[in-house]
Amino acid sequence: MNDPYKILGIAKTASADEIKKSYRKLAKQHHPDLNPGSAEAAATFKDISSAYDLLSDPDKRARFDRGEIDASGQERADNSFYRSYAGGPQGARYRSNAGFDPSDIFADMFSRAGQGGGGGFGRGGGDFQEFRMRGGDLSYTLSVDFLEAAKGAQKRLSFPDGRTLDVNVPVGTVTGSVLRLRGQGQPGTGGGPAGDALIEITVEPHALFRREGNNVLVDLPVTLAEAVLGGKINVPTIEGPVSMTVPAGSNTGTRLRLRGRGIAPKGGAAGDQYITLKVMLPKEPDTALSDFIKNWPGREYDVRGT
Amino acid sequence: MNRSLHYVAAEIGVTVEDLNGWIERRWVLPVRAGRNPAFDDADRTRIRMILDFHRDLAIDDEAMPVVLDLIDRLHAARAQLRAILEAVAVLPEPAQTAILRKMQGETEQ
Repeated sequence: MNDPYKILGIAKTASADEIKKSYRKLAKQHHPDLNPGSAEAAATFKDISSAYDLLSDPDKRARFDRGEIDASGQERADNSFYRSYAGGPQGARYRSNAGFDPSDIFADMFSRAGQGGGGGFGRGGGDFQEFRMRGGDLSYTLSVDFLEAAKGAQKRLSFPDGRTLDVNVPVGTVTGSVLRLRGQGQPGTGGGPAGDALIEITVEPHALFRREGNNVLVDLPVTLAEAVLGGKINVPTIEGPVSMTVPAGSNTGTRLRLRGRGIAPKGGAAGDQYITLKVMLPKEPDTALSDFIKNWPGREYDVRGT
Repeated sequence: MNRSLHYVAAEIGVTVEDLNGWIERRWVLPVRAGRNPAFDDADRTRIRMILDFHRDLAIDDEAMPVVLDLIDRLHAARAQLRAILEAVAVLPEPAQTAILRKMQGETEQ
């Protein structure tokens, strides 16, 4: 970066107030959101804000003046400005909120064309009077929790304009799925059909369950006794606890399957649930257990393949 | 990625009270899933823009709605222009040339 004093157009002796004033003046001119199409404004604004960042902090400024630090500052990513989203589907609700109806442009343009004025397309033909155009799509993102995505759910979205929309989240929805709600986007022009609402789903992770396609994976702690001797235990599944037998001689890492207890998408085969056992010693050291292990003849068995 | 009110406030460095006020004044329009607002990328960068305008550009609460309204209209107009240009791009070559020539002719006048 160049000399921050030069960038802000101020003297080395400028007061804090002068620095602020000069920065404000330049920022008003070059803020990227006030210059949506201009790459130059973005570059200039970066320089201005780095310079201000440095000079508005008395400590940093003093160190810079003494030559202890150079003028390179923190840069703000290009996509951190509203203008990166304002023109896209996420920004559509703000564009339509402005009380600015894009179809006005067409109405204006084509009515003039119809009157034979020079302003629009065509020359006096009446064809454009019947101009119809489909409304734009609106895009939203929606977070659903793991179980809602696994079992399917109905979610109600409330929009800033007071509209509500019931969204059917289908069984087995994954992060990145996009649900298209026909006719729920922006209204059409000249009697054209409305656009669609596109809802992108993010699935929140779950404390217990993970997914692999339609299979559900769970890590399940078991006691030493359950592992060695086997026994019946309750296993959480997405539909609630299910009783299951742990075979005698199970180990940490032993994988058991509950057939058909995974995710069951409409018209597809249900997935399975896989349970990976994790053998847990008692939380507090147990004298009886350690005495037993000390006297246990089989205690030195090979587990590392050495 | 959608974020909660408190996450966004902390991420951007704006108070929860200010943020709630901006939502009330409809400067920011998050979608609600259930009771809680969920902020997408457009909402979050817009909040940052409002904070910039407020803090760095000294645009006060009186002037802010005017500025935001103009910015929203500007983006609506740009989106519309883009739609027109996309429509022009699929026309046959002679029609495209005719349109471009007419546009250039009008700017030169």
